[in-house]
Amino acid sequence: MFAEKAWLIPLLPALSFFVILFFGKKMPKGGAESGIASVGASFVLAVFVAADWIKNAKIVDDHLVWWRNGKTAITIGQHVDGLTAMMFLVVTFVSLMVHIYSTGYMHGDVRFTYFFAALSLFTAAMLFMVMADNLLQLMIGWELVGLCSFMLIGHWFEEKNNSSAALKAFFTTKFGDIGLMLGTITLFFAAGQTFHIETINRLALNHEISHGLVLAGALLLFLGVMGKSAQFPLHVWLPDAMAGPTPVSALIHAATMVVAGVYLVARVYGVFWSGFSIAHGGLNWMALIAGITMIIAAGLAFVQDDIKRVLAYSTVSQLGYMVAALSVGAWTAGVFHLFTHAAFKALLFLGSGSVIHAVHSNNMSEMGGLKKYMPTTYWTFIIGTLALAGIFPLAGFWSKDEILLGAMKNHYPYIFVLGLIGAFMTAAYMGRCVHLTFHGEYRGHGHPHESPRSMTVPLVLLAIPSVFIGLINAPGIEKFAHWVRFEVPGVEGFEIPEHKFNAGLALFSFAVAGAGLLVSTMVFYWKNAPAKGAWKRVPVFRALNTFLVEKYYLDHLFVGGVVGSIKGPIARAVYWTNQNIIDGVVNAVGVGAKLVGRFTYDVIDQKGVDGIVNGIGVSASETGGVLRLVQSGRVQQYALMLFAAVGLLGLALVVFN
Amino acid sequence: MPVTEYLLLSAFLFCTGIYGVLARRNGVLVLMSVELMLNAVNINLVAFSARLNDVAGQVFALFVIAIAAAEVGVGLAIVLLIYRNRVGVNLDEIDLMKG
Repeated sequence: MFAEKAWLIPLLPALSFFVILFFGKKMPKGGAESGIASVGASFVLAVFVAADWIKNAKIVDDHLVWWRNGKTAITIGQHVDGLTAMMFLVVTFVSLMVHIYSTGYMHGDVRFTYFFAALSLFTAAMLFMVMADNLLQLMIGWELVGLCSFMLIGHWFEEKNNSSAALKAFFTTKFGDIGLMLGTITLFFAAGQTFHIETINRLALNHEISHGLVLAGALLLFLGVMGKSAQFPLHVWLPDAMAGPTPVSALIHAATMVVAGVYLVARVYGVFWSGFSIAHGGLNWMALIAGITMIIAAGLAFVQDDIKRVLAYSTVSQLGYMVAALSVGAWTAGVFHLFTHAAFKALLFLGSGSVIHAVHSNNMSEMGGLKKYMPTTYWTFIIGTLALAGIFPLAGFWSKDEILLGAMKNHYPYIFVLGLIGAFMTAAYMGRCVHLTFHGEYRGHGHPHESPRSMTVPLVLLAIPSVFIGLINAPGIEKFAHWVRFEVPGVEGFEIPEHKFNAGLALFSFAVAGAGLLVSTMVFYWKNAPAKGAWKRVPVFRALNTFLVEKYYLDHLFVGGVVGSIKGPIARAVYWTNQNIIDGVVNAVGVGAKLVGRFTYDVIDQKGVDGIVNGIGVSASETGGVLRLVQSGRVQQYALMLFAAVGLLGLALVVFN
Repeated sequence: MPVTEYLLLSAFLFCTGIYGVLARRNGVLVLMSVELMLNAVNINLVAFSARLNDVAGQVFALFVIAIAAAEVGVGLAIVLLIYRNRVGVNLDEIDLMKG
């Protein structure tokens, strides 16, 4: 009974947008209360819709026709199933946290009211897109999301960097959107003039559309996904989008904008499934792009000094995981990773915002040692990091494990290997980020302080799901796969393979993630000898640090316990091994990863990809330069061209008739 | 009823109008030339309406007259404002939209 009223969920923030726009400045809190109230109400509704879905499991699919042309009806509708209910929950919850957090973070900003208006519209647009039962409505929501992110990234547009970052984000995603539009048109005609997603899925899965057309549709739609979900090589906009206020980054990276692409793939999965022949295994275009994205973005994260950029590249890499999961047929795993990632990435971004708020700088070279100044931020950030790195039993562990499992069982060995490498790198760069920010000595200016409660409370509220939501798909519970599944009525012989939890694999991926954290810890440790004490005091890291600690235990044993004749040579030998071999390996791994990252950043990203983007811009500008000569500003010259053209056309008509 | 004469008259008026639009420099005269072209079309419409015994042509002519009135109203207002601001309605000098 609540599922039928799902259309209220996007409507409330949309109304709030107009309320803030017209009356926001007169409200006591500058419009923030309207945004929080509407998104909060939407969140409550989303909870009811989700409960309704869990109880009745009845797909709601209805629509209003607002324009009819021949047999083509243009509709606005709602399609409520498990995926929709989950997205409603994710978007409204993260958005609510971001709204609350922003009241603290944006306090005293010149365009406070405007910011909240845009935030409301952003949320409404994303919810509208999620609700869509047809591709046209989805596209409208998609474009609105793009527009709002443009407005919010360029919120502080007085600085040239920020406004150009906003433009870059807008144009890069817009380039992908051409693909989305062409894909929608292709599928519209291929499916017999309908935008209805369920119908398109059914026809694609039943092979009632020729494979060529489905493939064309899937390739074109995927171009849109590459732009929106920042897949290589269209990922360039996302790190620059860090120019926006941090709460916006959290919203963009966790719940809206970038997950729109992943959501599109999950929603129109029938087209991708048969278009890319996912069931056959082996190599497909989507898996290839996703695999490249995972590794390249993770490599880039190593060489960033801006804490938000580390997280941004991390998001790109994690989006690669989601798309990879969908591309290997592990639908549930991909969607589940979207779900868990939303919680811990929002947490990490809001945490980094809290740090930036305290030290007034984005650069990790001006941070360090913040653990003792801001304990709440520190501990929640640690939880987010562990969840992202995939440490048992936090959220990221379960979803990442399912992706790897799916890749292995569905015969995509290269995705499996890339996924493991990516998991290692993820853990390593997040470890580096935590060390540089919170451990060691403070390297910045002034006196950092813990953020106000309006900022720390959302951190704690997000830390809770970051720890626990992974468990809902843990072996023995497995509710998520049951609640959120891809089903299309009226399709025969189609089933997405489900795999049993594999303890060996889980242990292995856990070990890989642990190794990543370990390596980063060791690199940091050897560079900053004074930080040694801090390392031993943090219990979580001591456990991950077993190798290092044990080595020291041995050292002490040799020095303190086995005193005597064997003391000298063995201690020296151990010391030599320690200094030359182990250090060498550790340093070589660190330096190697850094070099790879530097190379991809400098050559591939900055020269190759940026070069293409800039080249397009320059050629457009030069075409404009030639065309402006025609624009003389004289009406009569225009009229002459007009009449001449009509004359020529008339002549052509006479000659060719 | 033969229409040839009407068509010739209309063609002559239309060409005069085109000449005026392209060659005159005074904004007011250009507007008048546009009126001339519109009325040439009206003559065509009415002539064929009479020939084919169909009232639609006359209806269209009425529409054209109404729109022409509106157009000249707006046009003259623009010319007046340009004259006030730039002291002159010489179209060659009004090229602020130059790219």
